Amino acid sequence: MPVKTYREALNDVLHAEMARDENIFICGEDVSGGAGGSSGEREASGGIFGVSAGLLPKFGDLRVLDTPISENAIVGLAVGASLAGKRGIAEIMFADFLGLALDQAMNQAAKFRYMSGGKAKCPVTIRVPYGAGMNMAAQHSQAMYQIMTSIPGLKIVMPSNPADAKGLLTSAIRDDDPVIFFEHKAMYGRKGEVPEGEYIIPFGEANLLCEGDQASIITIGRMVIFAEKAVAKLQADNIQCDLIDLRTTSPLDEDMILDSVEKTGRVVVVDECPPRCSIASDIAGFIASYGFSSLKAPVAQITAPHAPIPFARELERAYVPGPDRIEEAVRKIITYQ
Amino acid sequence: MNLQQSKDQLLGAYRQMKTIREFEERLHKEIMTGEIAGFTHLYAGQEAVAVGVCEHLDDKDLIVSTHRGHGHCIAKGCDVKGMMAEIYGRATGLGKGKGGSMHIADFEKGMLGANGIVGAGGPLATGAALAAKLDGNKRVAISFGGDGSVNQGAVFEAMNMAVVLDLPVIFVIENNGYSEHTGADYAVGSKDIASRAAAFGMKSLQADGCDYFSVYETMAELLDLAREQGLPSLAEFKTTRYFGHFEGDPQNYRAKDEVARHRAEMDCLKNFRNQADDLNIALAELDDIDKQVLQLIDEAVEAARAAPPADRSEITTDVYINYA
Repeated sequence: MPVKTYREALNDVLHAEMARDENIFICGEDVSGGAGGSSGEREASGGIFGVSAGLLPKFGDLRVLDTPISENAIVGLAVGASLAGKRGIAEIMFADFLGLALDQAMNQAAKFRYMSGGKAKCPVTIRVPYGAGMNMAAQHSQAMYQIMTSIPGLKIVMPSNPADAKGLLTSAIRDDDPVIFFEHKAMYGRKGEVPEGEYIIPFGEANLLCEGDQASIITIGRMVIFAEKAVAKLQADNIQCDLIDLRTTSPLDEDMILDSVEKTGRVVVVDECPPRCSIASDIAGFIASYGFSSLKAPVAQITAPHAPIPFARELERAYVPGPDRIEEAVRKIITYQ
Repeated sequence: MNLQQSKDQLLGAYRQMKTIREFEERLHKEIMTGEIAGFTHLYAGQEAVAVGVCEHLDDKDLIVSTHRGHGHCIAKGCDVKGMMAEIYGRATGLGKGKGGSMHIADFEKGMLGANGIVGAGGPLATGAALAAKLDGNKRVAISFGGDGSVNQGAVFEAMNMAVVLDLPVIFVIENNGYSEHTGADYAVGSKDIASRAAAFGMKSLQADGCDYFSVYETMAELLDLAREQGLPSLAEFKTTRYFGHFEGDPQNYRAKDEVARHRAEMDCLKNFRNQADDLNIALAELDDIDKQVLQLIDEAVEAARAAPPADRSEITTDVYINYA
């Protein structure tokens, strides 16, 4: 299998899907970049993180739309067109800016099908670079996926590796429901093997990355990488864990979670968000309600603190949950009596 | 007056306006019985705008409506009985009782939904216009909004986006004088809605929103711009609403005699009847339409009352098309 970066895997999907279906368009700030610039370079950036590179020369400026800085209208543009027969992809440059577009995502895209009694179809994908780890401070680093997961009508996806980036973005674009697709900024350069040809990962199917019967580590996105590091250290001490990458938080693979809890009885949930109303608290609550009889220890929730994301390297490093905290939590719960 | 409209078209337009008027007048009475739940925002008084705009459109053209959306729905061809059933919260409603008055939609008719969020329709309509542009088939999109919507950032974003991307969307602003309970002259800082369009670089026209012909002719010019040149524009129609912001609104912000005065002086149906002679239409023909409309509304209310309530098993359906 070829080795590609997370960025390349996503870029390949955009190229392949836009070539496959002429109803697909992409819009957002600087998705090509360069419109109206003095250099005359029409593809000046290909997306701030390079994910949409090469689309403009191939598909033209009718389908690759540089927009003004207007997040609400960017999402509305993609949503309105998707209601009218297109398949829009909107890029919100930083997940934090979802606050500006929340009405179009939460009140419009998420609810059309329901409010119309099943008549509407809104096949929109909102791509959202997210996450901490690049010292971008409190307004350019948030995860936001926990807020979006709480909204019925949206599907919430976050790939943790290049292969999943390919399989999940393909599913997102082809999905007939609105999807918020979270891409971790700190993972764009990460490499991994990516299957060739068409590769689809269905939503709601978590990935069991390694198996063990002493504890279950349940996580998502970039936290999967940190969990894998923790697992490697634990394995060196012959501590064997299930490691579950949820891949999508809505839909949620409840079966895999409960099967693993039943086997291990000890759970660590790892989440990049602050603790209140987080994915960690959501999963812990779910397990407490539906897997209680299997539990042998309290569910450990490894999250960021209840604070905005700090700027300084030392502070941000301490803020984001890391491998050490995961490892420590597992060691603690497996000895809990 | 536009002589290019056939007599059938003119009678059709009158029928639509009358249907909207009677739909709303009847709802006003029925809501007082307590049988209809929730928030209802009536459109009576503004009929000429919805009809004068939608008479230019067919099912392929797209409109996005507002919380005060019954008129736009009827003018765009939504089934009146299905609408009434929806407002009554019945299983037979257009949205199976899940949407209600503020969320009536019929995508096959190009009606992308009434909307409970003031100004949200602006971005949606620019998206619909983008779909039209990509298809290249001269469809247009209409964003209906009130004087309140022009103070929403979403609408500013949408207007700028429409100009930047050259989209065939028309922002139809129905200035009924009130943003909820606050006067438009207070809430619109510049006191001039149409000039906001110029600031974004698009053409705008102003006209009497209580006269069907004035609306129709104004829209003819802007629709030509949209269909033939693919350009956005704005129309501001001065109008009034005969009822409150929502049903039950005591309207303490309006002078005691204002509604009665507006009903006497700003009535698109009376205006139409006054011109009947010139249009070669006999008043008896309009009387016939009035009777038929009243019967339709009677039937719609009776059918809605007799219909089964929304089905509890539907609470969690239609959230997604597929959810693993």
